[in-house]
This record gives sequence, structure tokens and C-alpha cells, in this order.
Amino acid sequence: MSGWQTLLYKEVLRFWKVSFQTVAAPVLTAVLYMLIFGHVLEDHVKIFGQVSYTAFLVPGLVMMSVLQNAFANSSSSLVQSKIMGSLVFLLLTPLSHWSWFFAYVGSSVARGLLVGLGVLAATSFFGLPTFVAPVWTLLFAVLGAALLGALGVIAGLWADKFDQMAAFQNFIIMPMTFLSGVFYSIHSLPPFWQGISHLNPFFYMIDGFRFGFFGVSDVSPWLSLGIVGTTLLAVSAIAVHLLRTGYKIRG
Amino acid sequence: MPAISFQSVSKTFPAARGGTGQALKALDDVSFNIEEGEFFGLLGPNGAGKTTLISILAGLSRATSGRVLVQGHDVQVDYALARRRLGVVPQELVFDPFFNVREALRFQSGYFGVKHNDDWIDELLDSLGLADKANANMRQLSGGMKRRVLVAQALVHKPPVIVLDEPTAGVDVELRQTLWQFIARLNKQGHTVLLTTHYLEEAEALCGRIAMLKQGRVVALSKMVDLLKSASSNVLRFKIDSELPPFLAGKARITGRIVQLPAHNAREVEQYLAAIREAGLQAEDIEIRKADLEDVFLDVMGGKALSGDGPALDAKAPSGGSAVREATSVGATP
Repeated sequence: MSGWQTLLYKEVLRFWKVSFQTVAAPVLTAVLYMLIFGHVLEDHVKIFGQVSYTAFLVPGLVMMSVLQNAFANSSSSLVQSKIMGSLVFLLLTPLSHWSWFFAYVGSSVARGLLVGLGVLAATSFFGLPTFVAPVWTLLFAVLGAALLGALGVIAGLWADKFDQMAAFQNFIIMPMTFLSGVFYSIHSLPPFWQGISHLNPFFYMIDGFRFGFFGVSDVSPWLSLGIVGTTLLAVSAIAVHLLRTGYKIRG
Repeated sequence: MPAISFQSVSKTFPAARGGTGQALKALDDVSFNIEEGEFFGLLGPNGAGKTTLISILAGLSRATSGRVLVQGHDVQVDYALARRRLGVVPQELVFDPFFNVREALRFQSGYFGVKHNDDWIDELLDSLGLADKANANMRQLSGGMKRRVLVAQALVHKPPVIVLDEPTAGVDVELRQTLWQFIARLNKQGHTVLLTTHYLEEAEALCGRIAMLKQGRVVALSKMVDLLKSASSNVLRFKIDSELPPFLAGKARITGRIVQLPAHNAREVEQYLAAIREAGLQAEDIEIRKADLEDVFLDVMGGKALSGDGPALDAKAPSGGSAVREATSVGATP
């Protein structure tokens, strides 16, 4: 294994060693959402005319889990090793900023997809999902996880303590995920809030991902792909820049 | 080509945000070379800039001006080549709680691109007395054991230049001996060693040459033998319960009941003892010992001078006035 592959492997092993916390717990959370919202709303809501609420909810929950866990992986690993001081073992190595970036984002994608698969498997007891366009599904899952992994790198470098990390997660990531159409189609919103939702990049990740399941979505998957791809590039550029300059990690 | 070359290295920390404090000049124009194969000691009181200098060397921090080369490679421009040649044992006792000792060492090898390194890892574990801890989680290890792992991690890629930043702080005698035997063996095999320590006895026993830092400047740079020669040849040491006469108090280094006075010859010893007798005082446990590195150190750092003329220093003395980090302590006892 080369240097960055070693770091990628170590980062994957890091979350795998505590997989109850990093994989099983988020799957259980998603299943609870499914049970409660599915039970309450199944008979009352039909989306895109023909899709049942439970079927609609599954991809939303899967993608929400992918995104939140991808973010949690890189951000918590970085902030923890900064606070523990063990980041020094990496800082002393010849690993380039690109190696850091690909290893941290790569492991975030791995955890995101693993949790996503877990949620998909667990929720399939409520009804097998359909995959009208699976390539779109996989594409948006990977791009979304990478985007949140890169965002996690930025947050992990920026935060000096767990409190700041929690603030980033609870005041930015959580609201943007919840308000992105996980639990509803934005067409059910008043026009003003529909407009606001269109400014949220998380909306396009979830909408594009859902297109892969049903072949229908709120906006064209190509538009979603363009917006998610551009956001991923922009966020990655910032993350790589911070790693290159040693932002808050090299004095 | 020197193993390490510090070239006019300065480091200024900006004033804390919102505070009224001044910027802190931690290093001020530090220049010296460490040659291949040397066992070099970097000494100085807390806050003198030793760790800042090591951090810049290791790439953990950037110099405000000047540059540092490791075997000719700039630590900023050529960082990958420079870091491959460096093995750094950090001062802080840090560890990754997720992994066991062998995993930590395998990962560290991997970061340096070293493959199939288990033979060397086993040798490191054996040499540092860690063989039976290879599969223990880092969290389960005692402080001393964690320190040994830090040393192993620094050496896992067989660096030609080894940097130890206070590796024996808070470490028991057994580990110190294991560690020094191992490091001395590596030094004999040709590895260059840069050591910072508060244990001056260790520095005296191990280092061929030393530099002393004070308030960010090099105030002494010399071979150990020359430095010791330059100090007074002997020290008169005794215990006393009362206050010394002013004639002696001005020259003495006093630690509780223990008094130490520089003595160049027998006549001086007689004069001191006579002064004590005339003052009606009672000295106990009188002994005469050879001056050691601690005497030189305290002399250079501006403590009570135990030497007559002071060591021959080939670096400039510090000038006051600039905003420098305050030396907080000169206490350095083994």
C-alpha cells in the first residue's frame, strides 16, 4: 500500500472498530424514523401522484444517513486526533495534502455508503425498493458522501473543540439535511419555501438520489448532477487549500 | 553536507487576539549545523525556544524567516524528502486510542511508503522492551510504555536523522537506560541524533557537542569537552543551617541547605572554609567535586556563576530589549 492508501485503510479501520456507534446506531435511528413517520403518514400522503409515502421516505432516509455519516467520519476523526494530539503522527510524515484529502474523503464515502446500505437493507422489510435508474442512485450517493466528507475535513480542521464541531453539525448540517426534502416533496411546500429549498445543495443530492429509485423527481437529475458536482468541486478546493496551507494544524 | 542546518531561523508568534500583549519572538536568528553522525544536545530553560526549533525542523511549524535543511533538503520546499530522513519523538505523550502497538507501527511505516516492515518492527519492539506489548491497545499501556512506542514510531522508517524532544521526561531509570543504550547503538551505526533534555547528566554523558538556547538565541555552541574545560575545575559543596556571610553568598549557588561554590584551587577552598569558621558557622557533609554541565548551564543562563571566567562561547550573547519569551526556570537537576 502507498502512503495515502495506508491512511485510507487506517481511517476505515478506525470507524469499523467502533461500528456499533458509527454504523449500527445510525441505521437504527433511520429505521425509527421510518417506523414513526411511515406509520403516521402512510395512509395520508401520496407523492408524485403514485408513490406511497413509505416508498418515498426510504431513499430520503438512506441519503440522509449517507450524508450525515460521511460528514461525521472525516470531521470527528480530525477533531479527535487534533485534540488528542495524535495528529502529529501524520504531520510528521511525507504525505501530501492530496493524500490527506483522498484518504479522509475516501473513508467518509466508505462509511456513508456502508450506513446507507444498512438503512436500505433494514427498511426493505417495509417493502422492497425499486431501482428504476440505479446508476443515478449510486452516482448521487458517492458524490453526496464525497461532498459531505470534504465538508467534514473543513469542519474538522476549523474546530478546536468538540463543542464547535457539534455546533457545525447541529446548526448547519442537520437543518440543511432536514430541510432538503428527506421527509416531503418540495412541491408540497408554498412557493416561497420551494424557492428557498432550491438554494439548498442538499436538496439536489436527495432529489437526484431519489430519481434513481422512481425515475421521477422534483427537478431534472441533470440539473441536480450539475449543482452537486459544482458544489463538490468548490468544497474540495477549499478543503485541499486548507490542508496544503496547514490551516490550524501547522503553526 | 550537514545532517541538519539551521540558517538564520526566526519565529515570531503574533499577539493573542483581543489581548494587549506583544508579539512573542520565540526564535531570533538561530544558525548552526549538526554534522552527520553527531550526537548533539540542544539545551535551554523552559521557554527558550527548543521545542519551537524542533517543530520547525519537523515541519509542525513554519519559521517566520530563515530556513532549515535536513541532509540538504529544505523542510518546507522539499518537505517530503526532508521528512523521510527525519525521525521525530515528540515531547507530548500522545497516542491513537483505536489501535494496538503493532497496528500503530504498521500504519506509521505505511505513511512513509515502507512495505513489509515487520522484521524491523519486531527488532524495534525487542530493543525497546515492547515485544510482549505488541498486541496491547495503546490505551492499556503505562506512560513509560507509551513513551517507548513513540520512540519506535519515530524509527519505523529507519531515518538517518533522529530527533528526540525530551524523551526521558517523567520516565523511570530502567527505560532511560534501555532507551539510551538503543539510541547510542543507532548513533554508532551512523545515525545523527539531536536531543533536547532537561537532564543535564544525560546530555553530558551522551552528547559530543551542544548548543544552549536562551530567550530564542544561541548563547553557547561548543564541544562538550571544551565546554566542561572552560568551567571552573571544581566545586566545593556543603550543607549549612545558617545564613552565609555576604562574601560567600554573592558567589554561591544555594539550594535549601546545600551550598555550592566555585573553587579553582586549594587556596580558594581554604579561604571559603576560613570565612565560614570566622563567621562562627558549622558546615556539614563537605565535599569537593568536579564542575559538570549543570554548572556551565547555570553560568550561561545567568544563574549563580560557578565558573571563574565562563565558558568560551562562539555564539553571540543575547541582547535585551526585544519582546522575547521569558525564561521561566533554570532549574535542571537530574
